[in-house]
Amino acid sequence: MAHFTKATSVKDWLNQRLAIETVEKVMASEYWIPKNINFLWAMGMVLAITFSLLLVSGIFLLMYYQPDVKDAFYSVNYTIMRDVDYGWLWRHIHGVAASVVFLIIYIHMFTGIYYGSYKKGREMIWVSGMLLFVTFSAEAFSGYMLPWGQMSYWAGMVITNIFSLGGLHLDGLVEWIRGDYVPAQAFLTRFFMLHVLLLPLAIMGLIGLHFAALRIPHVNNQDGEEIDFEAESKKYLAGDTAGSKVIRFANDFMSKDLMVVGFFLIFFFYLVFFQYGFALDPVNFDPADGLKTPAHIYPEWYFLWSYEILRPFSVNIGLVAFGFAQVIFVLLPWLDRSPNAVPASRRGMFKVWFWVLLVDMIVLTAMGKLPPEGIFSTIGLVAALLFIVLWIALPFITKNEKKA
Amino acid sequence: MGKAFGAVAGVGAVGSLVAMKKTWDPLPSVKAAGFTTLDMSIYKEGEIITEKWRGKPIFVLRKTAAMVAKQTESQKARDVVVGDAHYMLAIGLCTHLGCIPAYIPAEESFLCACHGGQFNWAGEVTKVPPPRGFDIPPFKIDGTKVILGEVGPEYQKMKDSGVTL
Repeated sequence: MAHFTKATSVKDWLNQRLAIETVEKVMASEYWIPKNINFLWAMGMVLAITFSLLLVSGIFLLMYYQPDVKDAFYSVNYTIMRDVDYGWLWRHIHGVAASVVFLIIYIHMFTGIYYGSYKKGREMIWVSGMLLFVTFSAEAFSGYMLPWGQMSYWAGMVITNIFSLGGLHLDGLVEWIRGDYVPAQAFLTRFFMLHVLLLPLAIMGLIGLHFAALRIPHVNNQDGEEIDFEAESKKYLAGDTAGSKVIRFANDFMSKDLMVVGFFLIFFFYLVFFQYGFALDPVNFDPADGLKTPAHIYPEWYFLWSYEILRPFSVNIGLVAFGFAQVIFVLLPWLDRSPNAVPASRRGMFKVWFWVLLVDMIVLTAMGKLPPEGIFSTIGLVAALLFIVLWIALPFITKNEKKA
Repeated sequence: MGKAFGAVAGVGAVGSLVAMKKTWDPLPSVKAAGFTTLDMSIYKEGEIITEKWRGKPIFVLRKTAAMVAKQTESQKARDVVVGDAHYMLAIGLCTHLGCIPAYIPAEESFLCACHGGQFNWAGEVTKVPPPRGFDIPPFKIDGTKVILGEVGPEYQKMKDSGVTL
């Protein structure tokens, strides 16, 4: 048994039992962040804040939502939106944050790709990040089912049908996932469970892993420079704060981080109060009807690029292409064969690859929203093929890259 | 010791997985509700009617004399004959990802708005992405009635010859 002395203060009392001073040092004041970064490095904190907004608004929605096919639509559109004081606020926050969180995730991802932040010991940061992307996608999809409107029902129908895996005809698997022949009560209740319990738990666990993966390799910087964090932190603690290449996580880096978060939240609440329409599809304000497909079905904007990769092909090829698009990002650290961990601007062909990929995904997103007719079908097909070609070409163009 | 512990834990894990799998199966009440009886004498020629079976839309089209006359061999294989009337009977879901295609009377064909697939009046696919014509629900002919969900000899023949899945 450890030896305890009479505490001199509340802090000392806690310190003897929980070592709060050590924890504070390890987690904050002696966790070191490079100075050579820009506002894009604040996206992690922006995501943490957005996730908190989703969690808090979700808790309030959960108090009035009814996971029953007869009541779900009205509990959302009548009880929460009209009866509950400020119910509309929680719903708008939840809907807007669910959309905006993907915008920030994409910025966060492409920042990582641009600066090579998935290399040299940072592979697990990338992999855990991509797992978070997958769980966030599942969370977004399951949440989309809950208002039980026309888009909920038909998105549920189409997405669960993907699990029949085309030519394999695994209809039994699809019926097992739904608990019925079509999306119905069993389907709604189990996706409700996934949305409010299992997936949020998985997300929180993965966020822990994502942060843990960051500790040993540390945060990357604008030049991909390998910093001796041991030496630089000693320099900082010795008083040479100007000469050191690092700063404390808290309060120094946090104050910069929260500056960006502040600007983000102004933008976010502008959307919540004045421009929430983009996150609430008008078609979903019709109650679910299994005998009437809406004229034009499309997913939320953040799934459009992968939807467009599925669409132009016959069913089996489309599914293979779709599966490829889902997993290929995870393999990035191994498909990029160059040892250079520097910004894309200094990497020759990789620079071209990066921008072409980004533009291609924007084109796919735009085409995914348009009806599958005429010239849009053709552009979509070309963009989908280009996406696949880009990833196949990546190992070859990076293998011959000159040392930066 | 490790092996013994592993064996006990393994049995427990498999048992839990079985229970979890079974819990997600469709309930008996869902399965029991899976039969629908249609009175085939009420349909008018050339008019598409949507019925409901297991929550899914069922297209019923009593073919016109002109349609029956021009049927190809593959279309005959999908034909459901009750008495002296010919019907197109199919699950009204696109075989791609399950949207409901809309019937366009002028073209005597179905167009799916989701991914642009097309089917003709006999239920055959005419434009990808759908991989095959409409699926035909299990049916049994009983006088002028058709019971959906039960397998009759006419349906069995279609299934055996690969006309439907």
